[in-house]
Parts: sequence; structure tokens; C-alpha cells
Amino acid sequence: MIEFVLERGNYWAIIGLMMIGLYISFSATNLIKRLVGLGLFQTSIILFYISLSRVDGGTAPIYYGKDYKAMKAYGAHPPAASGHEGATQEGAEAGAQSYDGAYAATSEGLYNVYSNPLPHVLMLTAIVVGVATLAVGLAIIVRIREAYGTIESDEIRAMDLEVAIAEAADELEEVEAGANA
Amino acid sequence: MIETLSNLVPGHLAAHAPALLVVIPMLFAPLAAFMPNGRIAWLLSVLATGLSLLMAIVLLDQVQSVAGGATLSYAMGGWAPDAGIEFRIDALNSMVVLLVSFIGFLAALFGWPTIQAEIREAKQAMFMSAYLVCFTGLLGVVVTGDAFNLFVFLEISSIATYVLVALGSGRDRRALPAAANYLLMGTIGASFFVVGVGFLYAVTGTLNMAELALRLPEVSGNRAAMAGFAFILVGLGLKAAMFPLHQWLPNAYAYSPSFVTMFLAATATKVALYALVRFLFTVFGLEFTFEGSTLIWILMPMGIAAMIACSFQAVFQTDVRRTLAYSSVAQVGYMLLGISIGTAAGVSAGLFHLVNHAFIKGALFMALAGIVLQYKGTSLNDMRGLGRTAPWTMTAFAIGALSLIGVPLTAGFQSKFALVSALFDNGWWWGVIVVMFSSLLAVIYMGRILETVFFRAPLNPNKRRKEAPFLILIPLWIMALINIWIGVQGGFVAGLSESAAQALFGGGV
Repeated sequence: MIEFVLERGNYWAIIGLMMIGLYISFSATNLIKRLVGLGLFQTSIILFYISLSRVDGGTAPIYYGKDYKAMKAYGAHPPAASGHEGATQEGAEAGAQSYDGAYAATSEGLYNVYSNPLPHVLMLTAIVVGVATLAVGLAIIVRIREAYGTIESDEIRAMDLEVAIAEAADELEEVEAGANA
Repeated sequence: MIETLSNLVPGHLAAHAPALLVVIPMLFAPLAAFMPNGRIAWLLSVLATGLSLLMAIVLLDQVQSVAGGATLSYAMGGWAPDAGIEFRIDALNSMVVLLVSFIGFLAALFGWPTIQAEIREAKQAMFMSAYLVCFTGLLGVVVTGDAFNLFVFLEISSIATYVLVALGSGRDRRALPAAANYLLMGTIGASFFVVGVGFLYAVTGTLNMAELALRLPEVSGNRAAMAGFAFILVGLGLKAAMFPLHQWLPNAYAYSPSFVTMFLAATATKVALYALVRFLFTVFGLEFTFEGSTLIWILMPMGIAAMIACSFQAVFQTDVRRTLAYSSVAQVGYMLLGISIGTAAGVSAGLFHLVNHAFIKGALFMALAGIVLQYKGTSLNDMRGLGRTAPWTMTAFAIGALSLIGVPLTAGFQSKFALVSALFDNGWWWGVIVVMFSSLLAVIYMGRILETVFFRAPLNPNKRRKEAPFLILIPLWIMALINIWIGVQGGFVAGLSESAAQALFGGGV
């Protein structure tokens, strides 16, 4: 049991962070805090991908030593590492054999073990997307502050409700006036 | 007609049509942002969307050149698929691409008068630029064959959408909280989708959708794949406004600029729904463990709940735009119901309704944009007697409304009929009752509006006759006539959706 918990340590951390972020983004009334929660949520996803890319005993995916020399000697890339398996426990559960087979195939011709670079690249994109979302979100909140004078979502809702009630009352008057005329 | 238009494009360009489709609006977007005034930016956006439409026609021609529908694969940047990003077009994509680019083109054409009225002059060029970015993203979602790339395009379109919705604050400040809310929900949805894709990548080691479809059956029953499936379903469901994940939609539609409402209602949820269909039927496939039960126990009840609950909510709205927004969620329910049948006929009916609904809501919101332009208000009271003061605009509105209800000889009837016959074929007779009941509710909420428009005395009897300008009327009537054309002679669109469903079920990934 303890082993089961401990060997998935990274996932527990990620799940914890993700849930905290999600909870903040739902429960906070302050809009900035909600964006902070959203940021936490997105960051936990980045951690998730990065921990997928880890390969046991692997190093940073930059050719060195014998691999580097071999690459220079052939003047070509070693076999493209297109489908490195992420080292997930669930994946291993699915069939250790297929995992090992795929791993051996992709690391064929390499002397050193490298971790999988692809999730890192994906997360670079995700970081950019996250920054863009955050920037747009903050800009909208600035405009909300200008228009409403507050960034508390419950106060905003109360103000909107007042407007809506006033509008409905106006309309009712108009209808009655129309009916009388 | 498709062929003649397609022949206009030289061969060396046609070979790159899948990329050009997305790249053209993407390149025009920054160009539009730097234009000194809105008018030039608007002309650029009409040009860009028009060129994209041409490319979409070329793609459709290429796909239809082979009987049963070819599958085009375009290796982005010359990198072979799997290592590189693949754009993959089959009968389903080509249909949705044609729909989105056609609506995008008409929207760009009709938008100018309402943009002039609703957006501050200094921001008009930027507004058009954001529109083009949104258009790019939507097209990208549809053509890409790479799961992570789909997320990137989804976020490109969504971020631009948040900006567009927030720009409604010039007319009503409530657009701002609506945009903030949409941003939070939309980002959570997209993030869920990425988590799901991460699980799939962990299990299969690939991001290419066609490759995923090949490898997922091998790991059938794997719990990580199931978790990925659930995350993707929820994430895309949020984007597609699947009941009960639709809370962002009514406010976003009601307070954004009229132009944006029209464009979003006709395309954004449709594209997310396309992505959902793609994942359900191509990537996972019906053999995937518990997908069948997901269809029956999740999608179908959600679809029915949307059809009934949101139709009821639509009945009680006093603002016409909110009525239509709730009705949009209800119509998504029809599509989900069609998809959840899980047979080729059902999915084809769902897709048929998807296309028709884009034209229905496009026509309705275009007419409303014309009304907002001339009469400002969109509450039910403001609509009184408009049938007399703006007969051309409101007649087109009425055609859209009848089509939404599903009156014979309109597009809505054709797709509801297809849905009902698919339900009968599958023995789901109670589904037919639900469709009928929901249509009855549509009669109530649309009938209420039509009654106010045509049979009530105008608010101010002295008000002069004021039609929407021609730039709005022409695209509006194109939309309205398409509704009738599909209703009378539904062969073209029905054929497209049938071959799309066949492409999904024929294993022709």
C-alpha cells in the first residue's frame, strides 16, 4: 500500500495542485484570485506532462559522448525519437512488454538514455497559451474595475441584478402605458 | 458550381489548400491590426475569409473527387506525419470547413454596419484582427490531425473570442463579467482536454489522431486511456456548451457585439462539437470500452435534458437574444441526441442538424443585428410591431424562426425528420416524443416573439419605416434562402453529412 502511494508521488502532488487550483477558481469571489487559481491549475498540467517525459536513468535530451560522435560521423540524425513512451505506471500496467519494445525501438542506436523531449516542447506551447489567457483575463478584469468599481464577482452580480430588475420594471410600465393608450 | 470555383485556383496552390485555408486568415490578422482605419481592416477581413472559403471549396472538390470521399493528408512543413503535424481532411472535415468558412465570409460581409455602430472607431481595426484570429483558430481545429495541435487552435480561437465578447462593453457593461466567466470556464475546458491528451500520449506514445485510432484498441481497457477519454469528453463538452456545462453561453451571447453573437452562434459551438465527434468516433471508436455506455448514459440524457430544460428557460426570457442563446443550448441537445444513437444514420442526422442550425441561428442573429442597429433594444417589448416597420428584416427573421421550430419546407424540418427517422430505426420511440415536445416548446418561445413582431402595434406608431442597411439585408436573405433551399431540396447538405458519417464509420480515418 505504502509502496503504491509512494511510487506515484508525482501524481499525488499534481492531483493536489490541480484540485486546489480548480477549487480556487470556482470558490473565490475575487476575480484576480480566480485567475490565480486558473494559473495553478494550468501549471499542474505542465508538471503532469513534464513528469510523463521522464525516463528512468535518462538525462537531458541533448546528444553527448558516443551519441554525439556517432551523429557527427554519420552526418545524419540518429533514428528519429518520435514515440518515446512516457514512464507512466498506468502505461506499464497496460503491458510491460509493448512498453519495453517501443522503448527499445526508439532508443535504438543510442548509447545513452535520454528523457523524452516531446512533452517539454508541447509544454512550451502550453505555457504561451497560458500566458496569453492570463493576459487577456487580467485586461478584462481591469476593464471590469473601470466599469463597476469592484472586482468581487458577487458584488458585480448584485449590481447586474439591480439593473435587470430596473429594466424589467421599466418595461412593465411601458407595457401598461401602451395598454392604457 | 463547386468544380468551376475550384478550377479557378491554380494547381500548385490547390495542392497546399489545407495549409492555405488556415494560413491566409492568420497572415491577414496582424495586417488588419496595423491598418489605419477600420474600413480597410474590414475589407482585408472580407478578402481573407473569401480566400479561405475558396480554399474550402477546393478541399471539398478534392475530397469528392473520389467516390465515397477521399482522405487528404497534408504534412505541415514537409515533416512526415507522426513526427510532424498532419492536416487531415476527409468528408467530415471538408463539410465543417465549408460551413465555417462560408459563415465566416458572410459574417465578415454583413458585419461592417454593426461594427461601426457598436465598436469605438479606434478599436475597429483591432476588432477585425481579433475576428480573423478567431476564424483561423476555428478552421485550424477542424483541419488538424494532431491532438495537441487541436488544443492550440482551440485556444487561439477561444482567446480571440474572449476579446470579442468583452468588446460588447461599449453597448452594455455586463459583457465584461460575461467574458471573464467565459474565459474561466473555457480555459478549464481546454485544460481538461489537454490532460486527456496527456493521458492518451502516455498510453500510446503518439499525438497523431489517425495513429491514436490505430493504437488505442491495443490498450483497450487501460485505465489511463479511460481517464483520458473522460477528461476529453468533459473538456470538449464545456466548449460545445453541452448541458449542464453551458452556463457561460447565455450571457456571452446576450451581451457581446451583435456581429460576434452571430458568428459565435453559427460556428464556435459547432466546431467544438465537431472535435467531440472526431474523438468519439475516429480516435476512440465505438469498440472502445464503455464508449457505448457513455453515449447512452451520458450524452443521450444530457442531450435530452438540454432539449427540455433549456427550451423551458428560453420560454421565460424577456430578451430575444437570451431566448435564442438558450435555444442554442437546446439545439446542441438535438445534435447530441443524434450522435448518441451511435449509428451512421443517427450521427448523420446530428451533423445535418449541426449545419442547419448554423444557418438558422446565423439568419436569426443577423436579423437581430439589423434590429439592434436601427432600434437599439432587443427585449421582447422593443420588438413590438417591427414586422410593419422593418418587413424585409423581420420576414427573414420569421423564416429562421420557422426553420428553428421545424416547419416543413425549411431546413429545420429536414434535419429533425432525419433525426426522428434515425431514432425510430433504433427503436428509441420515446426519443421521438422528446423531440416533438421540445419542438413544441420552440413553437411557444419563437411564436411569442413572432406574435410580438407581427401582430402587436409598434411601440411608437409614428416611427418611420427603417430597414436594416443593404449590407446586412443581402447576407441575411442569403442565409434565409439557404434555409428554404435546404428545406425544399435538402440533397446537397444531407449528402454531405451522410458521407461524413460514412467516413466516420467506414474506418476511413
